[in-house]
Amino acid sequence: MSNRTVVPFGPQHPVLPEPIHLDLVLEDELVVEAIPSIGFIHRGLEKLVEKKDFIEFVYVAERICGICSFIHGQTYCQGIEELMKIQVPDRALFLRTIWGEMSRIHSHTLWLGLMADAFGFESLFMHSWRIRERLLDIIEETTGGRVIFGSCKIGGVRRDINSEVLQRIQGELNQMEKEMKEIANVFIKDKSVKNRLVGIGVLSRSEALMLGAVGPMLRASGVSQDMRKLGYAAYKNVEFEPITSEDGDSYARCVVRIKEVFQSFDIIRQCIQKIPAGPVDIKVTGNPSGEFFSRTEQPRGEVVYYLKANGTKNLERMRVRTPTFSNIPSIVKVIPGSQLADIPVLLLTIDPCISCTER
Amino acid sequence: MSIFTFWKTILKSLISKPATLMYPFIPRKFYPNTRGSIKNKIEACIYCGLCQRKCPTTAIVVSKPDKKWQIDIMRCVTCNACVDVCPTKCLSMENQYSTPVAKE
Repeated sequence: MSNRTVVPFGPQHPVLPEPIHLDLVLEDELVVEAIPSIGFIHRGLEKLVEKKDFIEFVYVAERICGICSFIHGQTYCQGIEELMKIQVPDRALFLRTIWGEMSRIHSHTLWLGLMADAFGFESLFMHSWRIRERLLDIIEETTGGRVIFGSCKIGGVRRDINSEVLQRIQGELNQMEKEMKEIANVFIKDKSVKNRLVGIGVLSRSEALMLGAVGPMLRASGVSQDMRKLGYAAYKNVEFEPITSEDGDSYARCVVRIKEVFQSFDIIRQCIQKIPAGPVDIKVTGNPSGEFFSRTEQPRGEVVYYLKANGTKNLERMRVRTPTFSNIPSIVKVIPGSQLADIPVLLLTIDPCISCTER
Repeated sequence: MSIFTFWKTILKSLISKPATLMYPFIPRKFYPNTRGSIKNKIEACIYCGLCQRKCPTTAIVVSKPDKKWQIDIMRCVTCNACVDVCPTKCLSMENQYSTPVAKE
């Protein structure tokens, strides 16, 4: 046995702009242990429920994370609506689903780009983001913001999309899907991509279940679990099956995310066909009371909002469990046994969002 | 496992226009919905203070006796909450982003 060395990874590392620190214990080039530490950007957003009333807090919930911003807002609103027994109009539920899937596509294409950048395929990175940019334009046109949509509110949504615009969006998405297929082909088949991903960081089915992995990380290990199957918003009206893979390695996680992009295109198509006419919001009166767990599927996995209200306009307690937090044990488990050079790629495969995790 | 999977995309990019804009020379286009910056038509304002109460970042300060309406654009997150509640509709969301400043 050779001498052990500890190499610090992060909190500032070129592969991801967010601060997570890992102490990597090495034997030569082989990592034998990873000790994570987080807590560099804690902002105390949960405490803020005592200052902001429950309607204003939607703005805070949307700003917990930059990339899955819309779904954070949606999860919070769904929780409050459940507590106040609000029946949200159907059209608003369909619009939420459309925007939610758009944010999933934009998150996944962002991740695919970052992944390509991490294994050194710069032009693939640029092309993934070129497609994402067109989606961001659609999002800006329909909601007013590029990443912080600001379109979800308690009792519905703040903006409607008229049917002409929906048809045009459908056309543009079809075009994007065609371009995405070319890029996906490179990710799935290219030899240089496979060399960096196949067999790296294998997480077995039983380990994934035991460590509580969520989202694409869990589905890539062969567990068919997707919170969208709970049937919130308009997901009860669309047909889709969770995408799984059996291998559990980095390549499987990449393929699951690529297939989910196409699944999202399909869900948006179904929603545009089925969207009913009618109002998009409902007037909210009174204050919430009681407690509720609101669960939805973010691009990164399951997010849980715990809301406890006491009949006043401020909530008593709000707690968020974000997908990255649930996936950190799994990544700490799969790192030992890998080469040091694979760690940046391996860490990216959980799609880490540290700002989310620390709130 | 195959190689040269990228050639189709490369050929396409060679013959097509660049996806990026030559930014300062070609200005980017904004959409009618784009949330850029808040503007107040001050002559129509009745200084009711609703926007101040609804602002999630407390960026707006209104004083009725002095007839003053102030916004701290460094705090404003352009969430559109004030525009939604304004009773006289004197507040509006401009599409253009607010201009850069050197200090707060």
